[in-house]
Amino acid sequence: MTWATLRRRVAEGELGLVPVIVALVVIAGIFSLLNSNFLSPRNLTNLVLQIAAMGTISIGIVLVLLLGEIDLAVGSVSGLCAAVMAVLNVRLGQSAAVAVVAGIGVGAAVGLLHGLWITRFRVPSFVVTLAGLLAWQGALLYVLGTTGSINLNDRGIIALANTFFPSWVGWLIAVGSTVAYGLTIAAEHRTRRAAGLVVGAPLALAARATIFGLLLLAVVTILNADRGVPLGLLILVGLVVVFDYVSGRTRFGRHIFAVGGNAEAARRAGINIGRIRLAVFCVASALAACGGILGASRLLAVSQASGGSDLLLNSIAAAVIGGTSLFGGRGTVWAAPLGALVIGSVSNGMDLLALPSAVKFMITGAVLLLAVTVDALSRRGRESSGRA
Amino acid sequence: MTSSDGMSDASATLLEVRGISKHFGAVQALSDVTFEVNAAEVVGLVGDNGAGKSTLIKVISGIVTPNSGEYLVDGHSIKVKAPNDVTRLGVATVYQDLALCENLDVVANLYLGRELAGGGIAPLAALQEVRMERTALDLLARLRVTIPNVRTPIAALSGGQRQSVAVARSVMWNARVVLLDEPTAALGVVQTRQVLDLVKTLRDEGLGVVIISHNLADVFEVCDRIVVLRLGRRVATFEGPDLNRERVVAAITGAEFGNA
Repeated sequence: MTWATLRRRVAEGELGLVPVIVALVVIAGIFSLLNSNFLSPRNLTNLVLQIAAMGTISIGIVLVLLLGEIDLAVGSVSGLCAAVMAVLNVRLGQSAAVAVVAGIGVGAAVGLLHGLWITRFRVPSFVVTLAGLLAWQGALLYVLGTTGSINLNDRGIIALANTFFPSWVGWLIAVGSTVAYGLTIAAEHRTRRAAGLVVGAPLALAARATIFGLLLLAVVTILNADRGVPLGLLILVGLVVVFDYVSGRTRFGRHIFAVGGNAEAARRAGINIGRIRLAVFCVASALAACGGILGASRLLAVSQASGGSDLLLNSIAAAVIGGTSLFGGRGTVWAAPLGALVIGSVSNGMDLLALPSAVKFMITGAVLLLAVTVDALSRRGRESSGRA
Repeated sequence: MTSSDGMSDASATLLEVRGISKHFGAVQALSDVTFEVNAAEVVGLVGDNGAGKSTLIKVISGIVTPNSGEYLVDGHSIKVKAPNDVTRLGVATVYQDLALCENLDVVANLYLGRELAGGGIAPLAALQEVRMERTALDLLARLRVTIPNVRTPIAALSGGQRQSVAVARSVMWNARVVLLDEPTAALGVVQTRQVLDLVKTLRDEGLGVVIISHNLADVFEVCDRIVVLRLGRRVATFEGPDLNRERVVAAITGAEFGNA
């Protein structure tokens, strides 16, 4: 990207992931100046583990926001599904696999219910999922019963958030992913050139693959300096890659953007917008379930507080901080992990500085407000350059 | 792709509605209106507000079912119950709002709802972006529509370019008759030029084009035939040497018939 195109993009509000990456660099700079432990391998590994659940839930939020809708129930759904998994595994003696799949299945079913209610009765998603926020919180308390908390001791479930791969696995992942990425963009380049379409310079492609590989190697080096690449991070990144493909490269994903951009135009083009909404709410709740299960695995327990507190708001904030527009149709799934990383860094950094939670909440609020303001301003930029 | 095969007879009537009447309650919107579109012809449909233009267009595009009248495509009578019944037969309507997704690029909009994809489970199969982009570029080149980059979002295009994309989309899906609702409203001089040039290209390709417009200057520039509606009736048709601005205005207002 040349300087001129960058300036045009800033003026016209097509920034993509640039603001969130700048924010991450600034935040890392500030906290590493204030506390030398912030950028230590141990702390960065902890940071990654802290954001895995939030980031996973946030992927679903990104998809829902792309539709121009909202899902306020993801927090309590994540708690409910974790509780279902815990009860099945600990109290009813089901295997870890059965319990996890059942938990995700309950999430999908809940999402289907939300989606049906929104599409059949035309109740705004805000209200349906607000009702869900309360109702599924109640269901969580009901499922947990009188004890109010269940400790997890199944090795399979605990492994999800507490497994670290040996160094060589990390290197293998870094090299393998880089090669796969390089081959993919090279193949794309070849087919585009064969079809006589505009292609970038081969040197730029090589540079992209090299930067990708170096970044990945840097991450793996840091993680290997501590306990190794965590399974939780692989799950998060794996889900991001899958849903990035689904949203960006498939017909279903294209239709999500179409519905979010202009639902009437999508309907007239023959897209079944009800079915798209239904599927997205279903996926969002299933992802919330995945996040809830990851969170439970990390805390080794499910309690009445699971999925409560600020998890919902942080997941939505992460998607928005990552650059997903609240107005629908604009954003990428990568907003979820990057936005979660911003929120996680602020929270983690302030913990290192031993700041009280009063300050933490206020600063996190300020970061969110800043992010939404960037979205609103860039929307204004688009309007003034005629691309509302 | 539209081909001109089988349309070599330039005067062939592609579409005809006969004896259309439609009332909404006590309001008679259309009374016994007959309207036809021939191959390789641009027809202007003009009339004052409330003359019945919109209703007629909605009847032709299948949105409104008339109380009486006949619908013929290629001389064959057809039953029209839904818009799909006519789009399937190659009659496309481009409404004033264009129905484009402004957050998506030109290629995505051309293929909206009919994306090419292959391999894997249907909704999750990979989009064939290269094939779609190639076809899109070829189509736009054929229609002489200039868009600097087909990967820019619609939001970044000018009004004329957006209109052209919307028209190109209908042509792409085998339209033989294209109805354009106020295609040049709110366009600047250069952009109006682009759209009118596109209309001429469509005619040269053998399509029938219907333009509904308030802008008589535009209508006169491209139309081969002008049909005037007044108070729900077809009151005049002008063709060839009859195309005279004063007479068309007189027909629109009713002055010519001494009952203004």
